[in-house]
Amino acid sequence: MRGITFVRQFGEVVLAIAIAPLFAGWIAQCRAWMQNRSAPSLVQPYRMLRKLFQKDAALAKNASPLFRTTPYVLFGTMVLAAAIIPSLATDLPFARAADAIALIGLFATARVFVSLAAMDIGTAFGTLGARREMMIGFLAEPALLMVLFNAFLLSGSTALPSLVEFYNAHRFLIDPSLAFAAIAFVMVLLAENARIPIDNPTTHLELTMIHEAMLLEYSARHLALVEWASSLKLFNYACIGFALFIPWGIAAGGRNGSAATLLAIAALMGKLAVAGAALALIESLSAKLRIFRAPEYLATAFLLAVLGLLVHLQIGAR
Amino acid sequence: MNVHFLISGWPGHALPSLLLIIAAWVVIGLAGLLRPHSLRFVAHLLFPLGALGCLCVALLAGTFLVSGHEPEVLVLPLGLPDLPFHTRLDALSGFFLLLLGLAGAGISTFAAGYFRSGEGTAPALLGLQYHVFLASMAVVILADDAYLFMVAWETMALSSYFLVTSQHRIPDIRRAGFLYLIMAHVGAICILLSFGVMQGGSWQFTFDAMRGASLAPVWATTAIVLALLGFGAKAGLVPMHVWLPEAHPAAPSPVSAMMSGLMLKTAIYGMLRISFDLLHVRYWQWGVLMLALGLFSALFGAIFAAVQTDMKRLLAYSSIENVGLIFTGIGLAALFEASNMRLFAALALTAALVHALNHALFKSLLFLATGSVLHATKQRSLGKLGGLIRRMPWVATLALIGTLSIAGLPPLNGFVSEWLLLQSFLFTPQLPHAFINMLVPLGAAALALTAALAAYVMVKFYGVIFLGQPREASLVEAHDANWLERLGLGWLALGCVLIGILPQLALKAAGAVTGKLLSETISPGFSIWLIAPVTPEHASYSALIFLAGITAVIGIAFVLVRILAHGRIRRTAAWDCGYPWQTSRMQDTAEGFGQPIRHIFGTFFRMERHLPSPSDKSPHYRIHIEDKLWRAIYLPIGRGVQRLADVVSVLQGGRLSIYLLYSFLTLLGLLVFVL
Repeated sequence: MRGITFVRQFGEVVLAIAIAPLFAGWIAQCRAWMQNRSAPSLVQPYRMLRKLFQKDAALAKNASPLFRTTPYVLFGTMVLAAAIIPSLATDLPFARAADAIALIGLFATARVFVSLAAMDIGTAFGTLGARREMMIGFLAEPALLMVLFNAFLLSGSTALPSLVEFYNAHRFLIDPSLAFAAIAFVMVLLAENARIPIDNPTTHLELTMIHEAMLLEYSARHLALVEWASSLKLFNYACIGFALFIPWGIAAGGRNGSAATLLAIAALMGKLAVAGAALALIESLSAKLRIFRAPEYLATAFLLAVLGLLVHLQIGAR
Repeated sequence: MNVHFLISGWPGHALPSLLLIIAAWVVIGLAGLLRPHSLRFVAHLLFPLGALGCLCVALLAGTFLVSGHEPEVLVLPLGLPDLPFHTRLDALSGFFLLLLGLAGAGISTFAAGYFRSGEGTAPALLGLQYHVFLASMAVVILADDAYLFMVAWETMALSSYFLVTSQHRIPDIRRAGFLYLIMAHVGAICILLSFGVMQGGSWQFTFDAMRGASLAPVWATTAIVLALLGFGAKAGLVPMHVWLPEAHPAAPSPVSAMMSGLMLKTAIYGMLRISFDLLHVRYWQWGVLMLALGLFSALFGAIFAAVQTDMKRLLAYSSIENVGLIFTGIGLAALFEASNMRLFAALALTAALVHALNHALFKSLLFLATGSVLHATKQRSLGKLGGLIRRMPWVATLALIGTLSIAGLPPLNGFVSEWLLLQSFLFTPQLPHAFINMLVPLGAAALALTAALAAYVMVKFYGVIFLGQPREASLVEAHDANWLERLGLGWLALGCVLIGILPQLALKAAGAVTGKLLSETISPGFSIWLIAPVTPEHASYSALIFLAGITAVIGIAFVLVRILAHGRIRRTAAWDCGYPWQTSRMQDTAEGFGQPIRHIFGTFFRMERHLPSPSDKSPHYRIHIEDKLWRAIYLPIGRGVQRLADVVSVLQGGRLSIYLLYSFLTLLGLLVFVL
């Protein structure tokens, strides 16, 4: 039995690694359609990765070992995060290794490493990007924590599997606080994953870059790993959102037959398709903010989450 | 032997051995005077002996904690007639001695390789001051009456003052030392008054008597506020923090490490001793007060650390932040304890204790690393450093561990205590005070903001010093630390990693303290894999699985990339978007890294900025950032004191006849009073 759970855990992680670029490709496709452009193929991210893996890595002369290890560390943290987040089932062994707060810590580790690597070569854009990335990070983290606080208050647990179990047990519970938290979460998701309105993932203008500016010195397989980690991060955030707000379909409560697993996979695919389209819509409808509007944007997310908290406490107090 | 030993409980002998080690430290310090100018004798023989003493202290304290013995008491035949020194070893003092021993061993080892001849005070004097400082801190922790406590406290303040001003020929350092001395004494007076209040009219100054004294609510609160002022001044709580950013950069690096890593913790110890042990936390308002001060200090320290351009000042502000976090934990614990929620109080107190231990390790590590950088480059300003990871790989690697720890990243130790602290915040909605319930989650948000800002600060610290291109040509000649320094740094880094991946060790030590103070420990049945402070369903964290998972993924990814793709590398010039003439001046500076913070938190600072005009031939950009509290609180007090002194100086005529007249009038007055 233990062996089977480990196999299922492995399967979940491999699935996450495999479809994360697909999710990114789907968003890009939706975005192109909504903006009346001809869309790239759905498998374009995979082609990109294959091309990058084949190329020779060009490395700056003064690059330190930190610079070369960082892509692997990034990839490692994101894969571990995918193992921890209950995207398909709740009774998997890695899920207990970390709760939601530790998950935030894991994302912070990735952020610190990529920022340090960006400063390693000592170019103007790299350090600029690192500074901006860390700024977005420290603004987004409290908002994300407040969102999670909302969920914890409902279920009394910071472990994501317990959260999902709780929602599945109280299927028709709709707490108004969650609506606020969900909006705040989407705002944080956009900021943390370098999407419009905070950052533009497809920009070619170095001065406005945040995330991309840090990757300018990376090439070939290193860049491929970093890009893959980025798409995994987006996938992970989406899965956290599903676990917090729409956990239906995730195999919970010890249901681990093949039917439940297939249902969970189908539900995940459906949710990803809808979420990807919604993200593309949001991105198409909004414009990129100036970098110094970012604090206002994230403060709004924070206040929304706090509002949710107060709503919950008011209702709970009554 | 007329030494009167009074040992209660099981005949453990930890306390006499500890006192012997403390005496040995003083002897080691004095031994240096035999050959006052021999650096080899003092540094290579005496400092390692001192480090050995630290190890023994850690070992003794550790076994005492784990064995769970009853407190040991010993009355020393020293002190005044009828007022002997009382000492006591219990779980709380055991924990702080463990902390002192663990971090002290690393610092002393590093110090053995650090001090150079011809820098300020003679080596033997430095050795004496250093070891007296160490011994007095241990005595503070072991003292069991107000008298011995205050004597040791003052010895600690004075010996550290001399250490801070060891390069006393530089006026700035003398000024920093003076500020430190003033703050230390204002704090000491507050502590003395607090003890005076706590003895409650019985004139018994042993802690035992104070534990039993029944104080009126007003007096108990007065005592706690005085203690908060006094210990806050030593620990660096805002607004009593002003001496830290001045004194830490002035002191030699091992001394900064001792002060920040260890001395601040004696203040934490004192606060815990008074609030939890002697006064038994009676009112939840005390908890709210400590919580508010702690959170504000944490945020304040993090924001100011982010805009510093001197690496040791940056670390000093970061110490203020970390002390704030520790006080946040203590405040939460007091809040829970006063509301009769023992388990959650134990959780919060554990978080505070573990964070104190962690801070002792990683902050010492980073201060010592700045010492190595300072020796290698002669630069303290972040604007003149850079790229040292290539010249000083040992220091850079070990400092990276410290950096990641202090930034609160899993799976290192800083994360463990921050995680515990956030967990304890999650229980605040269960408090019986509706209003506090609503406000406290915001405290959690402030905590998250502080933790994220700390990461920002540490990326700046590490990135500007060790990464990028060297900002000065002279940095190319920088050399790595010597083997004693590496050993000291390595010991502290090992501590960070070990507590990070096996937090059970630190939790067990802290559990011994909460078990005695609150008669509750957080879930004693941790497995080797997992810590779950309340129940595994509620929350769990496993650093080992974390580390194993990441390592496995990295290893598999590396092998797969090599097998399926290739490992070819071409070394070229940096790309930098095709711009070929880049220089090290084009990198972001420490000032640049502070810019978003100055922009977002502008209300915290007083800024004077000088921008060059477009037509300047030799443009200069200058920015001066000042603490608003300095002008709001300290300068008015200084002016007030000056004015008072001016008024009083009218009496000081300078002529003998006038002074005789004063004496005569005083005598007359006394005669009238007597008759």
